[in-house]
Amino acid sequence: MLGVLFDGIAYGSLLFLVSLGLSVTMGLMNFVNLAHGAFAMAGGFVCVIAMTRFGVPFLAALPLAFVITAVIGAILERLLYRRLYTADHLDQVLFSIGLTFMSIAAATYFFGSSQQPVRLPDFLRGQVRFLGADFGIYRLFLIGAVAALTTILGLLVARTRFGAQVRASVDDAQAARGLGINVDRVFSIAFALGSGLAGLGGALGIEVLGLDSGFPLKFMVYFLLVVVVGGAGTIVGPLVAALVLGVLDVAGKYYVPQVGAFVIYAAMVVLLIAFPMGIRGRRR
Amino acid sequence: MTSWRRETIFELAFWLVPVAAFFLLPGYRVLGSQILIVALFALSLDLVLGYAGILTLGHAAFFGLGAYTAGLLAVHGWGEPLTGLVAGAAVAAIMGFAVSFLVVRGENLARLMVTLGVGLLLFEAANRAAFITGGVDGLSGVTMWKLFGVFPFDLSGRTAYVYSFVVLLLVFLFLRRLARSPFGLSLRGIRENRTRMPAIGVPVQRRLVAAFTLGAAIAGIAGALLAQTTQFVGLDTLGFGRSADTMIMLVLGGTGRLYGALVGTAVFMIAQDYLSGINPVYWQFWLGLLLVVFVFVARGGIMGAVERLRR
Repeated sequence: MLGVLFDGIAYGSLLFLVSLGLSVTMGLMNFVNLAHGAFAMAGGFVCVIAMTRFGVPFLAALPLAFVITAVIGAILERLLYRRLYTADHLDQVLFSIGLTFMSIAAATYFFGSSQQPVRLPDFLRGQVRFLGADFGIYRLFLIGAVAALTTILGLLVARTRFGAQVRASVDDAQAARGLGINVDRVFSIAFALGSGLAGLGGALGIEVLGLDSGFPLKFMVYFLLVVVVGGAGTIVGPLVAALVLGVLDVAGKYYVPQVGAFVIYAAMVVLLIAFPMGIRGRRR
Repeated sequence: MTSWRRETIFELAFWLVPVAAFFLLPGYRVLGSQILIVALFALSLDLVLGYAGILTLGHAAFFGLGAYTAGLLAVHGWGEPLTGLVAGAAVAAIMGFAVSFLVVRGENLARLMVTLGVGLLLFEAANRAAFITGGVDGLSGVTMWKLFGVFPFDLSGRTAYVYSFVVLLLVFLFLRRLARSPFGLSLRGIRENRTRMPAIGVPVQRRLVAAFTLGAAIAGIAGALLAQTTQFVGLDTLGFGRSADTMIMLVLGGTGRLYGALVGTAVFMIAQDYLSGINPVYWQFWLGLLLVVFVFVARGGIMGAVERLRR
């Protein structure tokens, strides 16, 4: 019971880390981005390549995954995403499905479609016993890392000038523009940051979520769900949604394996019926 | 020549193409009947997405429901084709009606998620209920009776082709009539401006429920056709990939035009048959690239381009 809860929280915090960028895209620019999982996959592959081909240690590969994915995100935002902010949702869906297909095909071409292995450093492997239950050290590390990141991000949004600009832009982009906030620039930075976080999540998640070329489609629903249920443009909403979702999914797979992913999809439909505007309510 | 007569000639010429293909390309009748069936499915999506403007990512749910309904009927001893179609349509319509209430009240994002969720839910249900559906292996052992008690479904795909063609044509004529009716016009009005339509007395919710249910029923017919003509139902009939592909076909041809769905499907499936034979990974890459480029330069699709040329 405690073990399932623990695994669920570790899983949920990963979902949260990856989905946060999507929450910015949807909340700030009202952009339906189905390709968000591709950034997570990119981060995962950066980590794998850095470790296997260049012998970079795991802990050093993580920031690398963050930086490279953030750069990719910034470039794509500049070149492509930006042009579609005012397009209708069908265009955005088609565009991001196209991007997803391309990323999957490219990943299959370069890396094949099998699961990518990752060799964790020794100090992150194994388990500790506590209160009669086993806890994986890596999952403890994961929860700790996400908790630290969330605190930093929370401070960033709540205390810094940039954070205030993000909040103002989410609340009312038009008024924010009127006050002299460069909303486009705020969004570019937020998009790059969100992509980087997704990449970091993808790299951290190789051990938990797995990594193969089908990743963007396999987890697309989870990321979307976190944002839609949690409400876009906040930190607490997606965090709660991701943790609930993670625990539900792990518990479902553990207690009723014959039903499998059914639990999560059923939960999704029920949650959407119960909270059509998200748990905390969406502003748009 | 008046414009409506020109229109009629264009339409007649268009429908002669599949008839000619039947006689001139007998080796392609199996692929041909598949195209006709998927075109029917794309038509149903055009009603929902193109006319009513409901963004859906799970339309294959109804296609698959129709397919499994017809397939299961045949497996369990009722192989009569036409009643199979009706059953497929009915089951899909009931599901569509139930789902429509969740779909119509939300905005785009919520609609997208609900349709996606229902699609995945059904996929997972069919996957897990292997004792009924055959699960990953698919449902085999579908034996059809002769059509009208006369025409057997053979391997060359003759009956399948003609059968699919006639069903497609009938549904198309129905939809063409519907699109020009006050009902069809009100759907377009809702798509263009949802807040204004209630002001001129259109019951928006009810229209959308009707359109979604009808779209589901037609998708069910298409699914049932596929099950009957291929005598097999695979899990992919319910999959996200099918929903996405069909959406691509529709957009490629042009939404809200009916003919767009037909043209887009034919172009897509012929290209797929040719290119994915070379390498499926390349196919997916080029498809993705096509979509991205398409969004930027070619909205309106093939039929949109044709219309611009004719002006």
